[in-house]
Amino acid sequence: MDRIDIHPTHTFGDYKLRCGRPLPFGTTLVPGGVNFSIYSSYATDCTLVLFQKHQKEPVAEIPFPDEFRIGDVWTMTVFNLDYETVEYGYRMDGPLDIQAGHWFNTDKILMDPYAKIIGGRDIWGEEPDWSDPYQHRSRLSFDDFDWESDRPLEVPPEDQIIYEMHVRGFTRHPSSEVKENHRGTFAGIRAKIPYLKELGVNAIELMPVFEFDEFENSRRHPETGDLLMNYWGYSTVGFFAPKAGYAATGKFGMQVDELKSLVKELHKNGIEVILDVVFNHTAEGNENGPYISYRGLDNKTYYMLTPEGYYFNFSGCGNTLNCNNPVVRNLVLDCLRFWAAEYHIDGFRFDLASILGRDPWGAPLANPPLLEALAFDPILARCKLIAEAWDAGGLYQVGSFPAYGRWAEWNGKYRDGIRKFLKGDAGRVGDMAQRLQGSPDLYAWAGRGPATSINFITAHDGFTLADLVSYNDKHNAANGEYNNDGGNDNDSWNCGAEGWTDDPGINALRQRQMRNAIAILMLSQGVPMLLMGDELGRSQNGNNNTYCHDNELNWLDWNLVETNQDLFKFVSHCIHFRRAHPALRSRYHLQNRDYVGSGYADITWHGTQAWNADWSEGSRALAFMLCGKHAKSGTAEDDYLYVAINMHWQTQWFELPGLPTGMQWHSAINTGADLDHFDLGKEPVLDPQQGLLVRDRSVVVLVGR
Amino acid sequence: MSFTAATEIDNAIATITLTGDLDASSAPVFREQIDIAAQASPKRIVLMASGLDYMASAGLRVLVFANQKLGTDVDIYLVAPQELVLETLQKTGFDQSVIIVDDYDTAIA
Repeated sequence: MDRIDIHPTHTFGDYKLRCGRPLPFGTTLVPGGVNFSIYSSYATDCTLVLFQKHQKEPVAEIPFPDEFRIGDVWTMTVFNLDYETVEYGYRMDGPLDIQAGHWFNTDKILMDPYAKIIGGRDIWGEEPDWSDPYQHRSRLSFDDFDWESDRPLEVPPEDQIIYEMHVRGFTRHPSSEVKENHRGTFAGIRAKIPYLKELGVNAIELMPVFEFDEFENSRRHPETGDLLMNYWGYSTVGFFAPKAGYAATGKFGMQVDELKSLVKELHKNGIEVILDVVFNHTAEGNENGPYISYRGLDNKTYYMLTPEGYYFNFSGCGNTLNCNNPVVRNLVLDCLRFWAAEYHIDGFRFDLASILGRDPWGAPLANPPLLEALAFDPILARCKLIAEAWDAGGLYQVGSFPAYGRWAEWNGKYRDGIRKFLKGDAGRVGDMAQRLQGSPDLYAWAGRGPATSINFITAHDGFTLADLVSYNDKHNAANGEYNNDGGNDNDSWNCGAEGWTDDPGINALRQRQMRNAIAILMLSQGVPMLLMGDELGRSQNGNNNTYCHDNELNWLDWNLVETNQDLFKFVSHCIHFRRAHPALRSRYHLQNRDYVGSGYADITWHGTQAWNADWSEGSRALAFMLCGKHAKSGTAEDDYLYVAINMHWQTQWFELPGLPTGMQWHSAINTGADLDHFDLGKEPVLDPQQGLLVRDRSVVVLVGR
Repeated sequence: MSFTAATEIDNAIATITLTGDLDASSAPVFREQIDIAAQASPKRIVLMASGLDYMASAGLRVLVFANQKLGTDVDIYLVAPQELVLETLQKTGFDQSVIIVDDYDTAIA
């Protein structure tokens, strides 16, 4: 029998219509047409505006008949549209009363918040037509990508090694040797998968890939005249659409396929994909910002507003998304479910996640409904959820982010603690013991395992690793804000000269310090996160806030693979060493006791004397041994591992703990030696076995087998 | 340029010759030819693509449709696609749905 629900019931001009289905929101391709669904709590009328792709003026404006509204949802099926060439938006009528929080204006054409493809910035950096009244245009998308047998990899969290990267920055540099029109795109990353495999990481964390506007707040540098842009992209235009300008096929509107294809290929190579998602604010900015979508659709629903109708600014970016409004909460949930189901995304890192735990008036909630809903959502059940557990409004929740047994945290205390110890601060040894164990002081009390702690020393925010050991102070003049932007609490040390130097002693120390940092990161329990380019000693010339530069300050220079190949080899080795040793990747916190009957505690602490760590204020050295019989709580076989960290300015003799009879210590890694590592399985026997000299500011790793 | 698709079936090999622009409006024509080919239960589908100037999103999707309709036992060969078509296939990952070869003889070998 023929279906009768696929036939139009209404006409408007040449368009054939039928009352639509309210769910799902956004657009859905249905037999013969497209189902449109949009909601607003305060609008009085709604009009669908249709465009032919790239044309400034609409081809049709179809008011929703009264009978097509269900509750606060306007829904309609329009038949016979050309899926590939149609663009659409809405005009919303309603009160314009700023103090009451309403910004309705029928002069504005509004993007669908659920748009799966957004046109208008199809090619990165191409100057937009500013006279176009509809800058960010909703388009239709197919959901029929051929995934074959792919699905998210579900790597156990404690086994993850994350590489934080920027889509454009990774391959935009001419030296990337990626095809010219693939540079700086998803296709470019795909071409570099062999590099990621060689490095050894098993997850990439992409800085924002939701559609954003690189021209938002773009400006000329007051002195140099350089164009400064919204390069990082922490300002979402649309939550359901991949950034067109990140796709080599963006100009054909095929960014969806290109990103899916990248995810599929990464999965084939054992690499997960984590998206950095920004739900704390939108690209509409403050009271002076543009109408893109949310403000004109339902301002009072989408944003946190003061009693006077102004925008709260807990994000530091002009507005704050009203995440614990039930309607917005559902948008966030729908969004993440969509990316998990439709793009096979493995996890999400939430920018300024503490905002998501504030109520509509800004107060922190004890039991934030959004965070709880995300934690218990069935579609997201096996996704990694990672919080940047602070916000720009002063909430700092590292160790106390509402976790529901699910949420991991960017561990800011790990970053700060390691940096201080690394530069030789006194009084840090006790803190180091916690950080090396996956920060049980922060998490164990709440029953949260070591993988709660995303360990990082550097991230996109702040110095690169090379700059951390080359600059005492930030040098942000290029950002055009008179060096006032960017953090001042860098805990960095320049090793004796600020910035570039030809002093061989200083350069050698910097090389050692970078290796020390990487070694400590890869030897800590928890989940290590490496910043793109740190494996190559990438510098940003001391700039610790490069959010606005679409140039060589941010583009990874692939010539470094040649010039810094020793560092790359060392980093890659440390990563593969971690992967080879389950003792470094415990699911549960270490107990500092022997619970398998090996005669050794799972972790034991040492110093220059075996079995006797120096926890005193003046101590700058610490060693520990992991018992191989306790690897993965006694369920995996591993060598014994011994790690000596000497951040003192003098070389020191470290006495070694004895191994079980028949075993010997072998040299694996030594950042203080010319030969800084030995291949896995080929580590030479240490002679003598009783102890060794550990050079000033260096890390030694031994394996006992 | 207007799109054409013509199918010949010989010895369990279905050869479809494509010319012009394959976009949303012409994709159903291509799909019809795939249906016709599928009815003959071919062992192999050969798509002659040298005359194909452009392939948009909807066109690519017919390749996926063909793959899924015919099952994994039937290989789909795309013969001599133009550079623009080939690039689009590669960037979007659709190249994995087909086997791309330079000439007809390789496709039927």
